[in-house]
Amino acid sequence: MEWETVIGLEVHIQLSTQSKLFSGSSTAFGAEPNTQASPVDLAMPGTLPVANAEAFRYAVLFGLAVNAQINHRSVFERKNYFYPDLPKGYQTTQLAEPIVGAGEVHIQLADGSTKTVRIHHAHLEEDAGKSLHEDFHGMSGIDLNRAGTPLIEVVTEPDMRSAEEAVAMARHLHSIVTALNICDGDMSQGSMRFDVNISVRPKGEEKLGTRTETKNLNSFRFMEDAIKLEVERQIDVLESGGKIIQETRLYNGDTRTARAMRSKEESMDYRYFPCPDLLPVVFDDEYVEHLRQQMPELPEAKRQRFMDSYGLSAYDANALASDRGTAAYFEAVADDSGEPKLAANWITGDLAAQLNQTETAIDACPITPEQLAGLIKRLADGTISSKIAKQVFTAMWEGEGTADEVIEKRGLKQVSDTGALEKMVAEVIASSPQQVENYRNADEKKRPKMLGYFVGQVMKTSKGQANPQALNEILLKKLEE
Amino acid sequence: MERSQLEKLALLARLNVDDSVFEEVSQGISQVLGLVEQLQAVDTTGVEPMAHPLDALQRLRPDEVTEGNCRDAYQAIAPQTENGLYLVPKVIE
Repeated sequence: MEWETVIGLEVHIQLSTQSKLFSGSSTAFGAEPNTQASPVDLAMPGTLPVANAEAFRYAVLFGLAVNAQINHRSVFERKNYFYPDLPKGYQTTQLAEPIVGAGEVHIQLADGSTKTVRIHHAHLEEDAGKSLHEDFHGMSGIDLNRAGTPLIEVVTEPDMRSAEEAVAMARHLHSIVTALNICDGDMSQGSMRFDVNISVRPKGEEKLGTRTETKNLNSFRFMEDAIKLEVERQIDVLESGGKIIQETRLYNGDTRTARAMRSKEESMDYRYFPCPDLLPVVFDDEYVEHLRQQMPELPEAKRQRFMDSYGLSAYDANALASDRGTAAYFEAVADDSGEPKLAANWITGDLAAQLNQTETAIDACPITPEQLAGLIKRLADGTISSKIAKQVFTAMWEGEGTADEVIEKRGLKQVSDTGALEKMVAEVIASSPQQVENYRNADEKKRPKMLGYFVGQVMKTSKGQANPQALNEILLKKLEE
Repeated sequence: MERSQLEKLALLARLNVDDSVFEEVSQGISQVLGLVEQLQAVDTTGVEPMAHPLDALQRLRPDEVTEGNCRDAYQAIAPQTENGLYLVPKVIE
């Protein structure tokens, strides 16, 4: 039987406000345990929450970016459950009246097509603390620095049909929140976390199958792997006559396996009710319109602009526009060098590879956009060949200065001077009589291939600096003589 | 109120309702529910549910860090701490 996968996402986006959602504690990452937990975060009796205006501004910006309805009135509710990293015994969140209503985004797939994914809603809520289960004499350690950090939880409709689509959606949301500068997007620090709802159904069937939820995936790679694993498992269960049980599953990225969380004896009942400590939050049209004016260019628009004004392919445009830092770097290099296509090739190719390999962020790239533009100019005007350009690139990465400085210091200038080239060609021809004779006796069709030998020899003597075009012309002429 | 319902409520609220008081608690809650039932007799057609009894709107605060590190003071009343962490009975699933 052919199966169809159905995927919906719940995405937790940590907002990069300075202070927490309901208290004036810092949200900075990596502080000593419990040094950023105030009486409000600790749920001391008699404390009252006061909501952070900036968190609302971020939520509205997000809502506008996903073409969503902005609810001018939103209400906080209490979601009740007991866990030691939630000292109040409830999470303050939104349910019936979230700040962001239904919306939709358009994601770009690998085959160049576009797909619409609907957003069910997005709401503001607070994060919990962290439980550490290392050995504390058989006890757990609790760090409440993260407790109360503002989150937006985005809930999508079950519109994705494969792991690839789900990852494309996750990446799209990542590019939006980093473009808006409302989240640092650092997945390794848990700034974005994904819960994936997965079910399968026979192809053509309209009714949804029973779904499972795989929680807390914090990388795109793990997400793709976890989805593939779960789809395979569900199909196996169904094809061997079994039934899918609605459950929460945990994925382990180290072993690339997943298991069901121990099912609770009693089903969870969060007993939501409006939080009596917080009043409804209301905005007027003017506020929302004011924020609409402030919206930066979003990745979707940027992608289109890169295609229209720089003539990039959809693939390159998408790769460059998705990340705010990369997009800015590209624009600087393209404008400075006047060679947008070469700029795109270098940034998505050698530069991306080097950044990846050394785990360097584009903002910390040792080669400045001006320097890369300098290299591209020398490549475009024929001063250096593409082979030599790679050498110059490495030298620039090592901090040897601008492209012109490296070319000058290392004497890498391409030899286009006809006299010098002719001399080198003459030497090679003189020292390879056998090859010259073979070439001259060979069939027209075989000659281009045989020419490679001579090109190689001259390149060797010139240390790769011979201008390939000029060299070819001279070689052909001399060999015909 | 049925015994199983009260047991579930007690579990959700993490309350230990001892057998010796079970009857008493059960009756107490039944009385409260009776009161709610009485309230439900009121016709609320067309009335918007209230989120809060106060007819006021939430004031928001600017995004500023106003709290410093007072960990030592807060942890002085904690039953057990280590390396700045609060220790609790093991909670791993």
